[in-house]
Amino acid sequence: MSTAVDLHTSFQEKIDKDLKIEPKDAMPEDYRKHLIRQISQHAHSEVIGMQPEGNWISRAPSLRAKQILLAKIQDEGGHGLYLYSACETLGISREELIDQLQTGAAKYSNIFNYPAVTWADMGAIGWLVDGAAIVNQVSLQRTSYGPYARAMVRICKEESFHQRQGYEIMANMMKGTKEQREMAQDAMNRWWWPSLMMFGPHDGDSPRSGNAFTWKIKRQSNDILRQRFIDKTVQQAEVIGLTIPDKDLKWNEEKQSYDHGEINWDEFKRVINGDGPCNKQRMDHHIKYHNEGKWVREAALAFQQKQAK
Amino acid sequence: MGARSGLGFSTKTSEIILVKKQTNMTQDTQLDLWEVFIQGKAGGDHKHAGSVHASDGKMALQNARDIYTRRNEGSSIWVIPSKYVVASLSEDADMLFDPAEDKIYRHPTFYVMPEGAQQI
Amino acid sequence: MTTQEALFKYTLRLGDNGLIQGQRLSEWCSRGPILEEDLAITNLALDNIGRAQAFLKYAGEVEGKQKTEDDLAFKRGEREFYNLLMTELPIGDFAYTVAKQVLISAYEYFLYTELSNSTDEIIAGISQKAIKEVRYHLAHAKDWSERLGNGTEESKARLQKAYDELWSYTGEFFETTEEEKVLAPSKVAATTKNFEAKWNDMINEIFTISSITPPTAGWMQSGSQNGIHTEHLGHLLSEMQYLQRAYPDAKW
Repeated sequence: MSTAVDLHTSFQEKIDKDLKIEPKDAMPEDYRKHLIRQISQHAHSEVIGMQPEGNWISRAPSLRAKQILLAKIQDEGGHGLYLYSACETLGISREELIDQLQTGAAKYSNIFNYPAVTWADMGAIGWLVDGAAIVNQVSLQRTSYGPYARAMVRICKEESFHQRQGYEIMANMMKGTKEQREMAQDAMNRWWWPSLMMFGPHDGDSPRSGNAFTWKIKRQSNDILRQRFIDKTVQQAEVIGLTIPDKDLKWNEEKQSYDHGEINWDEFKRVINGDGPCNKQRMDHHIKYHNEGKWVREAALAFQQKQAK
Repeated sequence: MGARSGLGFSTKTSEIILVKKQTNMTQDTQLDLWEVFIQGKAGGDHKHAGSVHASDGKMALQNARDIYTRRNEGSSIWVIPSKYVVASLSEDADMLFDPAEDKIYRHPTFYVMPEGAQQI
Repeated sequence: MTTQEALFKYTLRLGDNGLIQGQRLSEWCSRGPILEEDLAITNLALDNIGRAQAFLKYAGEVEGKQKTEDDLAFKRGEREFYNLLMTELPIGDFAYTVAKQVLISAYEYFLYTELSNSTDEIIAGISQKAIKEVRYHLAHAKDWSERLGNGTEESKARLQKAYDELWSYTGEFFETTEEEKVLAPSKVAATTKNFEAKWNDMINEIFTISSITPPTAGWMQSGSQNGIHTEHLGHLLSEMQYLQRAYPDAKW
């Protein structure tokens, strides 16, 4: 029989050898808790993210655009499902996870607390928000927890169409009428900084960094990922004629990357703690439709129980 | 919620306490957890793809189809309630799998065949 | 009515049924009773919109005025749409959506089975693809009808109410339109009266397995074949067509 010390040693050994930790493996309680929090918040983000984009399905300006947007949002829901599945392997139910979201015990990505006010926002969200998510998710494909890593591989395969969809919308509008170009630039102006905030605080200011790296849950730092996103996106913006709304943005020849202006961390803290444009609306929507669906779930269960007799 | 108990978590070092919130009135659940296996090409193996929630087999199959085969990934789907999956424990891995390591006589390459013998 | 006019209107109707159904189904996005069903309904919406795109593209070609599927979808007014009235009704609760899906998918099952053998190659081609989709829509809806009808008292009551309210919109399914009179003899169009009895049998079977009392027959709503719609369509189109109408010079 293995002792407690043996099992924990073998856990860290696995981590150090870049082997995956699987659901039935012994793991420190803090590792489990950290993962539950991180994976579930990732899942909640996907689900809440269906709302700002869902806002424009009925008004998509072409049949092709409507289908593409629907397929994209469907993928987001699917990603939420893969992530809830991965999280449930850690010994928590989806009912509990939903409860945590609705009571505010669990958070979701701050970016979705901003409103999608014009069609161009569909372009900005796909290109910038999904673009930022891709940088983060590619890195997470090597995370130590097996089910999470496998979910990430699946998600990454599907995510690049999302970014292309957004970029195509922006590119198309920038080739269009004056009003379309203004709409695109306006969306850029509103979504750029929140997208940078998606990578989280500077690593020095991030409370849980230490363990996240020791346990290889996190593979690369927030700042490194953020810089990677900026460097590839600036070029994409230039190609289609969009201006990055940062007067301090400058190419640094020595570092071979872009220096950029300081992020407004006060805004980030304010929004993530509840005072953002859409926080209440997103939660009210989630709670409302969850409650309205209760009778359906009860009916499905009742039918199942009758079949079992 | 028995969906997880069949997977046998190692409980010697870390106790997992499932806190089930009691909702008022009748139980409001997210239905049951099912594991999904997809066969890519006809004739291939069914591979584990993930899980779905459903309350009966027809729903589980349709949900699995909608979630895991949107990009032409499937020609056949198996679903099974997660509670019926019996899994080996990782701390039993050495007892279960190591003994096979030294039984190399199970591999055809172990045997030296006479020169010239064909089709053997 | 010339053959060309009949074919134009016939394909418009097939496209419009897909478009308006798809538009309504997509309202469930982020509102589903459980996340899996959110995705399932979105798939139904995508099938419908894809079919709409195919039929409207063909309709544009038949009309011969260089209109694309988007021109037809986004620039026609309320009196130029020919979708069945049932498709434009609000989504209601989940029982309402399930009941609507049962009634329409059963109709489309028989319609596209017949149209798969249409002497018009394009209609036949689109229909052969559609029938696979519709079989899934019907299975999905039928299974939910059974669950809700035999679930709780509440789910059964909601489902019964839904079928009762929707019943008066089913008469339209089997009206013989002017276009059908022109196109059915050459088997370009389906003869809907041919499968009315089969549809009734299938629906009654679904009512039985769902423990639903068949609604009493009565007066039937009508008008879509002449472009006379419920008040709902105008609002639906205002929203759907907004960007194209607000920015008429823009290409999207």
